[in-house]
Amino acid sequence: MRRLLPVAAAVGLLLLLAGLQPWLRFVLTIALSTGLAVLGIAMLLRAGQVSFGHALYVAAGAYAVAFARPHTGEGLLLLLLAGLVATGLGLLVGLFVTRYRDIFFGMLNLAFSMVGWSLLEKLYGLTRGTDGIRVARPTLLGFALEGAAWEWALFSAALAAALLAGALVASYLRSPAGEALGAIKTRETRLEFAGISARRVLLQAYVVSATLAGLGGAIGALATLHVTPLLAYWTHSGELVFVAILGGTGNVLGPFLGAVVFELVRVHAAAAFPDAWQMILGLVLLAIVLAAARGLVGLLDDLAVRLGWRG
Amino acid sequence: MSGALLEARGLALAFGGVRAADGVDLEVAPGEILAIIGPNGAGKTTFLNMVTGYLRPQAGSIRFAGREIAGLPPRRIVRLGIARSFQIPQLFAEHRVIENVALHLAARDGFWAPFRPLLSPARRSEALAILDDLELAPLAEARADTLDEGARKLVDIAMALALRPRLLLMDEPTSGVAASEKHAIMDRLVAALRRASVTAVFVEHDMEVVARHADRVAVWSQGRIRAEGPPEAVLADPLVRREVIGVEGAPC
Ligand SMILES: Nc1ncnc2c1ncn2[C@@H]1O[C@H](COP(=O)(O)OP(=O)(O)OP(=O)(O)O)[C@@H](O)[C@H]1O
Ligand SMILES: [Mg+2]
Repeated sequence: MRRLLPVAAAVGLLLLLAGLQPWLRFVLTIALSTGLAVLGIAMLLRAGQVSFGHALYVAAGAYAVAFARPHTGEGLLLLLLAGLVATGLGLLVGLFVTRYRDIFFGMLNLAFSMVGWSLLEKLYGLTRGTDGIRVARPTLLGFALEGAAWEWALFSAALAAALLAGALVASYLRSPAGEALGAIKTRETRLEFAGISARRVLLQAYVVSATLAGLGGAIGALATLHVTPLLAYWTHSGELVFVAILGGTGNVLGPFLGAVVFELVRVHAAAAFPDAWQMILGLVLLAIVLAAARGLVGLLDDLAVRLGWRG
Repeated sequence: MSGALLEARGLALAFGGVRAADGVDLEVAPGEILAIIGPNGAGKTTFLNMVTGYLRPQAGSIRFAGREIAGLPPRRIVRLGIARSFQIPQLFAEHRVIENVALHLAARDGFWAPFRPLLSPARRSEALAILDDLELAPLAEARADTLDEGARKLVDIAMALALRPRLLLMDEPTSGVAASEKHAIMDRLVAALRRASVTAVFVEHDMEVVARHADRVAVWSQGRIRAEGPPEAVLADPLVRREVIGVEGAPC
C-alpha cells in the first residue's frame, strides 16, 4: 500500500495538469513516452551499463508505426507491432552487445544507433530521408477521435502503458534475475560461480529495455504524427541517459518523474530563452547530480524521510 | 576406478616460470573433510581455481563423480555440484547479506521466474537458516559492503553453501575471523557440513583449526603435494613442521 501512494499521487498530479492546461496533454504524453524509454535505460544502469544508443529502439518503434499505418488503422495494434519490432531488434543487437561491458557496451550501442540513423537518412525511397514520414491519425479501440478527445485518449493510453510497464518492471527488478543486474555491477564473476550466466541476465534486461523504448517511440509517433531520422540520432540517446540520471534509478517512478520534469523545463525554457534552453537543462542536471546523486526520486525520498512520512 | 568423489591426476599449470601446479595427484572421498596446508605461493588457490574452472590446467585430469571436468567453464562445474568460497570474499557489495545468500538459493531454481520476488518467504527463511549456521543471522539485513573482513569471509561461505553443493571448496575460511570466534564458527560450519553430508576441502593456515576439524591433511609446497594423511601424523612430521608450520609465524 505504501508503495502505491506515491504512484497515486503522481497519477493525480498528471491528470490535474492535463486537465488544467490543454496544451500540457500533448507535452505530458510525450513525457510519458520518453519515460518508457528511460525506464529501460534505468534497468541497464542497475547493471552499471550505460547505453548511448537506445534512441535506435525509440526510432524502431516510431518507424514501425509509420510503416504499418497504411496497412492498419487501429492504434493499439500499431503499438503492439512497434513493441514486437523493437523487441526483435533488441534481441538481435543484444546478443552481440551484451558480451561487452562499460565503455565498450556504451560505444557499441552508439555505433548500432548511428548505423540505424544513417539508414533512415539514406534510404530515401523507403523512409523519405530527413523529411520523415507523416502518420495518419489512427483509431483507438475502433473509435475515430479528434481534437481534445483524441488528446485525452492518447494521454490515457500513454498513462496506462506507463503504469503497466512500471508495475511489471518493478516486479521484475525484485525477482532474482532483476536483482542480479546489481550483482553484474558489483561482482559479475561471482554470478558465474553461482551457476548463472551474467550475459543472459543482461540480455534479458536489454531486450526488455528495447521493448520499452520501442513502445515509447510508438506513442511518441502517435502524438506527433510524424517520424524523422532524428529520433535515432545520438543526441536523442544522450537525452535518454540524461533523463535517467535526472529522475534517478532507485525506483521505477524516477524515469517518469525525470521525463516530466525534463519536458516541462524544456518547454518553458525554450519559450523563455529560445537560445539558451540547453544550457538551462545542463545547469539543472548539474544541480541534481551535485545535490542529489540519486536523482529526483532520491530527493523526494529524503524529503519524505525528513518529514517523518517514512522511516 | 576408485570411489573418490574428486580425483585429480597429474595436474600441471605454470605461470611463466612459476610452477603453480607441478603434478598434483589428489583424491577426495565422499563425506570427507580435507584440509590443504602449505606456505604462501605453494599453489593451493591455484588448485581450487583449476577444480572450479577458473583456470584450465595445462596437463592432467580432474574427475568429479567419475566425470571429466578439467577445462569446463565455472558455470557448468557449479551446476554439477561443486561450490567454492574465496580467499578474498566475492560479495555483491550493494546487496544486503540475505540477498547475497538468496541469489544463490535462487540460482538452483526459480531464478528466471520474472514475477516471483527474490526474497519470497520460503527463500527468506531458508537463507536465514544458512546464515544462522554461521552465526550470521544478526547481519542478515546489513549491506555487504558494511561488513568487516571476518564477516565477509563467512558470508562468502554462506553463499557457497546456499548452492547446496556435493563438494564445497573453501579458501582460508577463517582468515580475518577473530581468533576468539574461529573455533566456535568452525564447529558449527563443520557440523552443518556433516549433517548435510557435504564433502569439503579447505585451505587453512591455522594448524589448530586443521587438527580439530580435518579428517585428512594434504601438504602443498611448490606446486606439489609433499605429504598426506591424518592430521596427527602429518602435523607431527618434522619435514612438514619445518617447511610449512615453520613459516606460519609470518602473518599472511
Ligand atoms: N593468475 C596468475 N597469474 C600469474 N601467476 C599466478 C596466478 N595465480 C597464481 N600465480 C602464482 O602461482 C603461485 C601459486 O599461487 P597460489 O595463489 O596458488 O598460492 P597459494 O598457495 O594459494 O598462496 P597463499 O597462501 O598466499 O594464498 C604463486 O607464485 C602466484 O604468484
Ligand atoms: Mg591462496
